[in-house]
Amino acid sequence: MSTVLQPAGASSRRRIWRNAGAILGVGIVGFITLVAILAPWLAPHDPFTIDLGRRVIPPMWMEGGTPDNILGTDQLGRDYLSRLIYGARVSMIIGVATIITSGIIGTFLGVMGGFYGGRVDDAVVFAITARLSIPVVLVALAVAGFSGGASFTLVILVLGLLLWDRFAVVARSTTMQIRNLDYVAAARCAGCSPMTVLLKEVLPNIATHLAVVATLEMALAILLEAALSFLGLGVPPPEPSWGLMISEAKEYMFFSPWVIMIPGIALFVLVLGVNLLGDALRDMLGTDLSR
Amino acid sequence: MLHFLRRRLTVAILVALTVLTLSFLLTRLSGDLAISIAGPNASQEDIELIRRAYGLDRPLWVQYFDWLWRALQGDFGDSYFFKTRVSRLIMERMPITMTLGLCGLAIALCVALPLGILAAVRENTWVDRSVLMVALIGQAMPSFWLGLTLMIVLGLNLGWLPISGTGSWEHYVMPSIVLSFSAIPSLMRLTRSGMIEALASDYIRTARAKGLSRLSILVKHGFRNAAIPVVAIAAVQLGFMLGGSIVIETVFALHGVGYLAWESISKNDFPVVQAVVLVLALIYIGLTLLSDLLNAVLDPRLRSA
Amino acid sequence: MSALLDIEDLRVTFGGTAAVRGISLTVEKGETHCLVGESGCGKSVTSLAVMGLLAKGGKREAARLSFAGEDIRDYNEAQMSRLRGDRMAMIFQEPMTSLNPAYTVGSQMTEVLRRHRGTPRAQAVDRAVELLTRVGITAPGLRLGQFPHQLSGGLRQRVMIAMALMCDPELLIADEPTTALDVTVQAQILRLLAELQKDLGLGILLITHDLGIVARVADRVSVMYAGEVVESAPTAELFRAPRHPYTRGLLSCVPVPGKVKRDEPLGSIPGVVPRIPPGFTGCAFRDRCSFAEAACAGTLPRRNVGPAHELRCILPEGVPA
Repeated sequence: MSTVLQPAGASSRRRIWRNAGAILGVGIVGFITLVAILAPWLAPHDPFTIDLGRRVIPPMWMEGGTPDNILGTDQLGRDYLSRLIYGARVSMIIGVATIITSGIIGTFLGVMGGFYGGRVDDAVVFAITARLSIPVVLVALAVAGFSGGASFTLVILVLGLLLWDRFAVVARSTTMQIRNLDYVAAARCAGCSPMTVLLKEVLPNIATHLAVVATLEMALAILLEAALSFLGLGVPPPEPSWGLMISEAKEYMFFSPWVIMIPGIALFVLVLGVNLLGDALRDMLGTDLSR
Repeated sequence: MLHFLRRRLTVAILVALTVLTLSFLLTRLSGDLAISIAGPNASQEDIELIRRAYGLDRPLWVQYFDWLWRALQGDFGDSYFFKTRVSRLIMERMPITMTLGLCGLAIALCVALPLGILAAVRENTWVDRSVLMVALIGQAMPSFWLGLTLMIVLGLNLGWLPISGTGSWEHYVMPSIVLSFSAIPSLMRLTRSGMIEALASDYIRTARAKGLSRLSILVKHGFRNAAIPVVAIAAVQLGFMLGGSIVIETVFALHGVGYLAWESISKNDFPVVQAVVLVLALIYIGLTLLSDLLNAVLDPRLRSA
Repeated sequence: MSALLDIEDLRVTFGGTAAVRGISLTVEKGETHCLVGESGCGKSVTSLAVMGLLAKGGKREAARLSFAGEDIRDYNEAQMSRLRGDRMAMIFQEPMTSLNPAYTVGSQMTEVLRRHRGTPRAQAVDRAVELLTRVGITAPGLRLGQFPHQLSGGLRQRVMIAMALMCDPELLIADEPTTALDVTVQAQILRLLAELQKDLGLGILLITHDLGIVARVADRVSVMYAGEVVESAPTAELFRAPRHPYTRGLLSCVPVPGKVKRDEPLGSIPGVVPRIPPGFTGCAFRDRCSFAEAACAGTLPRRNVGPAHELRCILPEGVPA
């Protein structure tokens, strides 16, 4: 008999709270995705056009602002709002591309290890342990720095090759759980090749768990890209990465703090939204393997 | 127990060797190192000279084993830029990074543990939800942005703290706070879930049936068991923090190991970067071993196994 | 002379569900009163309610709830925790998980004494050794320094009993103390409890679903069904002349060697234990009872059908013998 029963009111309150979080998460991510896709139509100006005569104009609602540049301009006279909107593209593309890359790598390794066990599994576990020992930010920076300059593709590649560990861990543990279940054994007995079993029985069942991991890793990828761009070794200028915008604004942030607040808040809201989405997915599942 | 430790040690050594290899390969990414060192204006002769001087004309596998052999003895070579032994550079900078990491961890624990316990005791109330919201916020916060914001608010506007450098203990306050943000969410969640589980367990019911005081039940019985995974994770978190200190050290101009690595990357100072990657990885490996040890020490069930 | 434990019309609700719907029983000094019933009938909840150990959201009310003459109905947590472990103690069903894995047996035992009596450590340890010996544990000094996971289930339950006796309680509530143990160990634990009762004059409220245990150790029995006590009597009387249809049914389910004929199906009670919705009146057993009438849906009288033999049934004499 359960000794942890809640009064009726609490469970519905909890549900409302969880739903609020899920709605917020979906809303934020959906909104920013739309902004990213519709950037060319939404941005009032071209984000790359330099206009040295209109440098560091404050946002519209502050003294000295103009409705021409709703969020003001940066140190090269480029419209801040437009750069912000195009910056959403950068974050979203890198986020999604990274999790696809790392997801494929990690899931493959995890499923192999979990399914075959034995030496294969030992190798996979060793790879995960080794990957975890590597200081990610430092290595990412070093790769970008030593490869003769950064680029979009390089960032995606580096992050994709570094952020697969949680995918592997979750894929491995869920595969191990499923491997021993009856219907998988039945499929193997029926003479199905291991590949068929994997594709038809294992993958669909670990998909939801992997989706939860995907959101966590996407949040991480977005933050890492911002950090890399901030340090000058991520997305190269003049691409409007939010991290890069903060870095460029560092010089005069004490005089005009809004220049770092705006992209910073954008980053924060996006990552928050992705995390809320992940929490909502996790609640739908009921189990929690990814922490 | 001993057997388990021995196995962990073997894995640790193998991982260390792997990282050693990876860090070597890392620096060989840019193709011809000699060209990078010589710079864009060097002549062909200069490049050849450099190549020979730094032993870059030897076959790759020779260079690798040379690095391996020397690294095992703690000799990481000389910095191209600083003209001193790399090991010395790292040793000089390490105390700063360590201080930062430990302060960050201390702050994280001081915040995460009480909040986690509070959230567990007041599960599903507004207190619990606020605490979880704090965790969410901490997770979403870009560390470098938080650092800059704190600089503006605490450093400039309020003038409470210095914004860069390493003069006094005050210089460590803001960077430590920013660093702690990366660990607080996970430690807090872990404490909370551990406490919830512990408080729902049968032995807590027994403790209540024995008429023990609330404090005793919560801390002595509940937290003692919930703390086991938290302590273990804290050690690992320290490892992550040390590895991730590069961003914060750069933002706050703290001349620690991370800052050194950053400088070295921009100057193509390969031996330094190679060594720092290795050292940080070794520290992380050491901390995971410590974490396993702590687990065994704190959980009597693991000791006699 | 007031009873050690006197419960009258105890009701426990969790949110909307009524787990206990008005039970009354008494436990005297030196007496073992068994509360018997199927799982889910509310017997464990009853014991937790008495001790004030209900989970969050559990509400308890009673017309009378007194312990050794004290009215404990409105005692707050602080007052109850002073009683618990000191004058009233409880042992539980799962010895494997009821002890804290992080502390030694000794520290878990001595902390009870130090909490309630302020006894210095050395004396508390002596008392713990004394009790461990008393419950039949050899090498008590060694056991004190061991951790729970190093002991077997039977040993752990003995430790639980010893721990419960540290402050020399007057009442011991035992919630299915032997269910999780092997049959041979069961017998040992029951025998131990009987001895301790005789020596210490303990009042024991024993919760169980096993009629065999009832027959062995109980002085009085209360039969519970769906949150109510349907019949209560001295043990011999109950087994000799069960009056409630449910009790009758329960007893017929237990095969007795010699009485049961071969090739005849074992007795069983058709139907399942119902979930009681709020606002339910009348007898909960009526859907499964072969003697049910329309009047069973109304309030049921509590009748006296023999020496200390109470019955809750519409039938004036209960089921004919």
